[in-house]
Amino acid sequence: MSAENLPILQVIVPLLAAPVCLLLRNGTLAWALATAVGWFTLYAALTLLGSVPEGGLIRYDLGGWEPPWGIEYIVDRLDAYVLVIVAAIGALVLTYARASVAREIQRSQHAAFYAAMLLCFAGLLGIVITGDAFNLFVFLEISSLSSYALISLGRDRRALTASYQYLIMGTLGATFILIGVGLLYMLTGTLNMLDLAARIPELEGNRTAIAAAAFLVVGICLKIALFPLHLWLPDAYTYAPSVVTAFLAGTATKVAVYVLLRFLFTVFGFDAPLNEWVGTLLIALALAGVLVASLVAIFQDDVKRIFAYSSVAQIGYIVLGIGFASVTGLTATLVHLFNHAVMKAVLFLALGAVVYRVGGARLADMRGLGRSMPLTMAALVAGGLSLIGVPLTAGFISKWYLVLAALEAGWWPIAVLVLVGSLLAVIYVWRVVETVYMQPRAAGATEVKEVPWHMLLPIWVLVAANVWFGIDTDLTVGTASGIAAELLGK
Amino acid sequence: MSALGLYNYEIVIVLMMTGFYVVIRSPNLVKKIVGLNIFQTSVFILYISMGKVADGTAPIVEEGARAYSNPLPHVLILTAIVVGVATTALGLALVVRIREAYGSVDEEAIQKQDRVG
Repeated sequence: MSAENLPILQVIVPLLAAPVCLLLRNGTLAWALATAVGWFTLYAALTLLGSVPEGGLIRYDLGGWEPPWGIEYIVDRLDAYVLVIVAAIGALVLTYARASVAREIQRSQHAAFYAAMLLCFAGLLGIVITGDAFNLFVFLEISSLSSYALISLGRDRRALTASYQYLIMGTLGATFILIGVGLLYMLTGTLNMLDLAARIPELEGNRTAIAAAAFLVVGICLKIALFPLHLWLPDAYTYAPSVVTAFLAGTATKVAVYVLLRFLFTVFGFDAPLNEWVGTLLIALALAGVLVASLVAIFQDDVKRIFAYSSVAQIGYIVLGIGFASVTGLTATLVHLFNHAVMKAVLFLALGAVVYRVGGARLADMRGLGRSMPLTMAALVAGGLSLIGVPLTAGFISKWYLVLAALEAGWWPIAVLVLVGSLLAVIYVWRVVETVYMQPRAAGATEVKEVPWHMLLPIWVLVAANVWFGIDTDLTVGTASGIAAELLGK
Repeated sequence: MSALGLYNYEIVIVLMMTGFYVVIRSPNLVKKIVGLNIFQTSVFILYISMGKVADGTAPIVEEGARAYSNPLPHVLILTAIVVGVATTALGLALVVRIREAYGSVDEEAIQKQDRVG
């Protein structure tokens, strides 16, 4: 296996492993294969990140067809960075999955479950790595269709309706993206993103180009779950199996944000007159999302739902940075992309451990667990602190750059609103902490033990990452600011 | 271009809005899927229309043909149709499971059951 083939291996290995999982039939073997594939993609992603030259590209022509006629895979530093996020979360979640899946999903469906996970994984990696607009749509649908199936496997019957809602909204979003891509193809006759980027400036002020951009932005924002297009997210995260929630929360919305960055900055170009109103709109919706979703999160009783609404709020922070369209703003977006993936994966994996032992993740179920599951609960608190943005955690770094970006743009009220959002996060995280540590276990509740070490290990690796990237910011902020400058062409 | 020249695109818009309206308004889960299908089909027609070149024939090399239609949008839409079929199948499978779990395919009836339970 030579290094030059890594871009295609990154996608093709999980894609081919999926049917193999199905053929293995045995859940444990399928899990072992899926986990091995997860770690392989992480290795490939890290190698790619290490080998992309600063400001340069790695290009891979599929089947030897020269671009722009053939499909081309392009890896620049943004691609490699997002690939590392997706692959790392995928590898850790799959490592954790075995016991949790054994408890939550029927035995006969285990092999199919891992096959669907790998398909979703391959789709997400494909979206990031491809340099072809239509290919992106196909990968988007691969990952979406498998995630609808994964969500519907939740034990509660509401998982079915949640999955159905997501299917309807997700398909509308994907079709909007398809319309946008079609209009761009009509105007330029190309689907290759770099080729599109070279031709779009000639179209200045063309109404069809503006319509294409509008369709693309709305479609992608549905996938990002940007307020008020987030309606599918809380139910989907709450009722999906724990492993699926952790996986999707760490990867799917992040990849959608990547697609938005790619289209707004690489394809349409930062200077387009269009971006001015898109930027303002994104800032307004992002702030509304932060405040509304945080407020709603405070009043939820299911802890999974609390953190699902918190995800909508955090997506607001991520999109806010895009709205500023400055190097600091985009740095904040990219850093938070990474940090949010790490913190939400901790939180949802820890909740998965609670579901594994207690059977549910409502606040009432979690009373007094601080004593019986100390390590899991400590991880939950660490994730919560990072979510709030306490210094020495990864979350602090993201908030810091976001506030800097707001002040740099001269919009101090936005900086204040970001801090208000953090205070609201303190309230909902505190509700969980208070229940876990200060309330006694309900009378008559069965005694619970700590979860096995192979579930704790991935959780604590992620907790360590939360602290590590709160102190050593070379990998995140260093890479992110470089990418931000590249995106803005500075 | 005359009004008749845009006929395809007018049909696309009518179908798109019809499908979209059905998806949003119909409380019946099966009808929503039908609406989604109409919506997707309108986009297929949009792509196929843009592949047409005036006076072009099918893109097969032959004597006397001077212009060929663009085959690429057709190929793209073949892929999109496959995706659409997969989405429909998955959607209908979900509706079957929802019917088993709730005994209804009406959105409001389902929501009511969840509120009580």
